[in-house]
Amino acid sequence: MKNRITQLFKRKDKEILSIYFTAGYPNLDNTTTILTHLEQAGVDLVEIGIPYSDPLADGPTIQKSGQIALDNGMTLQILFEQLKNIRETVQIPIVLMGYLNPILQYGVNNFLQQCAVLGVDGIIVPDLPMEYYKQHFEEACHTLNISNIMLISNETSQERIRQIDQCTTGFIYMVSSNSITGANKDLNTQTDYYSRIQQNKLNNPTLIGFNIHNNDTYKLSCQYSSGAIIGSAFVKHITANGIAQNSINNFTNQIKNNN
Amino acid sequence: MKHFNPDEKGYYGQYGGAFIPEMLQANIIELQEHYLTIIKDESFIVEYQQLLKDYVGRPTPLFYSNNLSKQYNAKIYLKREDLNHTGAHKINNTIGQILLAKRLNKKRIIAETGAGQHGVATATTCALLGLECTVFMGAVDIERQKPNVERMKMLGAEVVPALSGSQTLKDATNEAIREWINNPKDTHYVIGSVVGPHPYPDMVAKFQSIISEEIAKQLMEKENTDKPDYVIACVGGGSNAMGAFYHFIDNGHTKLIAVEAAGKGVDTEETAASITLGQKGIIHGSMTYLMQTADGQIIEPYSISAGLDYPGIGPAHAYLSDIGKVTVEAVTDEEAIQAAFHLTKTDGIIPALESAHALAILEKVKFNPSDIVVVNVSGRGDKDMLTYSKYFTHEK
Repeated sequence: MKNRITQLFKRKDKEILSIYFTAGYPNLDNTTTILTHLEQAGVDLVEIGIPYSDPLADGPTIQKSGQIALDNGMTLQILFEQLKNIRETVQIPIVLMGYLNPILQYGVNNFLQQCAVLGVDGIIVPDLPMEYYKQHFEEACHTLNISNIMLISNETSQERIRQIDQCTTGFIYMVSSNSITGANKDLNTQTDYYSRIQQNKLNNPTLIGFNIHNNDTYKLSCQYSSGAIIGSAFVKHITANGIAQNSINNFTNQIKNNN
Repeated sequence: MKHFNPDEKGYYGQYGGAFIPEMLQANIIELQEHYLTIIKDESFIVEYQQLLKDYVGRPTPLFYSNNLSKQYNAKIYLKREDLNHTGAHKINNTIGQILLAKRLNKKRIIAETGAGQHGVATATTCALLGLECTVFMGAVDIERQKPNVERMKMLGAEVVPALSGSQTLKDATNEAIREWINNPKDTHYVIGSVVGPHPYPDMVAKFQSIISEEIAKQLMEKENTDKPDYVIACVGGGSNAMGAFYHFIDNGHTKLIAVEAAGKGVDTEETAASITLGQKGIIHGSMTYLMQTADGQIIEPYSISAGLDYPGIGPAHAYLSDIGKVTVEAVTDEEAIQAAFHLTKTDGIIPALESAHALAILEKVKFNPSDIVVVNVSGRGDKDMLTYSKYFTHEK
């Protein structure tokens, strides 16, 4: 079974657009609709957020969407049920992004097995330490061909970046500026960091995420990496405009400036 | 005296560690690399101990309670942490951490608070040492702990309401962590208990270990032994208990009893008994026991005492409980209230509701007449007068 993330980056190494949304938001059963509409809108990769009661790295927008999703009754089990036949309709790579505790309670091996069965290509677990990954995830990830995507920030040391590069498959999630999601930090102040990473010649390609919200920040990300990840801005957009195909097309068009 | 330490990754057995997003790593690594060197530095020790003595008022008395001793037929001592400046043990830690932050050239302090005791201790220490201070407090707690909010403001701190989640202590902690992620360079986060990612559980334990160090010395003078038969303390996150237990953990003699808040009962949904009822998982960057749903969502706990109202427990307590070095008991709201009124009447000490949970254990354990029993009175009850007066009026 081929990993769709690896294939994507072989095919395309620039201007990749990855979109994050929270599973179960705005409504419990929106997951497959949003996925389909994102693919139709030309998005290259999607990250589905597993809602969590205490998301330490997230700002108010994603926190709130997660809380509403939980109130709607979303659980990991329900999400997996919703994704059951997703590969019959959606072909772009799918990444699950979630905090470690719900995954631990579900069972790490069960979780990774389910991902593999359903055609989920990668995981992002922001509070998963490298050593814990090596002990409890790495072997199963390799066997099941699931990418483990880790984060770096402008505060991450060179030595750590090398280690993270070793533990990562697929791509490195480059946090645009040390912050929580949706913090509106100015990306232009971090261009030295982006150039430094660009010149590092890492094993993995990079995508820049956090605080990307319009065409300018998308273009800046594309200039220094293989593309951009957008979360809070998309969640805000569907909160205001809904999840219909038109609304999602409008969002991606604005970001890419396709008029 | 043997010291109780986690391994170099911050684990106590399988508990502890640092389960944190990358954006927090630089701050945490800086602390991990420097905290032991700084707190073992001679000039740091001198400065810390001087402040504890002259500013906080340490050593706090170890009071032999005639009345309780007669009633429970054992030698009952009360460790009077309630007599510290600001009224609780919390300041032992805030002075330590803020001195350490200064040595790391931090200009700004952030903290979380539940009932407000840790917030007041942090704001007090910042006023003394001249650092900017921001305290995160659940919007719900701000409403129910007004006097402490006013104290913090008067001390010059900014009090920021945590509006996420259930708007109480766990959410205030989340907000403080998020603030730290957004301000990684100049800010130090003073966690108030033995919780959070490594090195916090160990660092806070070491700053609070002054409590057991003093108990050992004071008992040597009074009873010619440095090994009490029992030490009893309440646990929310577990900082006063860790401080009171620290020097006795490996002495092979002292029975250590940690008292959780059962709330309305461990068989009800309104409880905060994280060890008794919790499952292993991650809260605030640490592997430990916590109250959570089957899906791994953290549950908001309940206790009449805002200081014990925390869904997790320090990882060292999870470990000590697992290996049987600490016995964990749970005390209900009602039992704690009774114990608070009892101590007030017999000894003229109004304890904090938290400490009252520890005192309530005296009713539950059968002691030998020769047993030396130390109860840690972690704080004073002024902040709880509203709760107490409801019962008082009711009794009349």
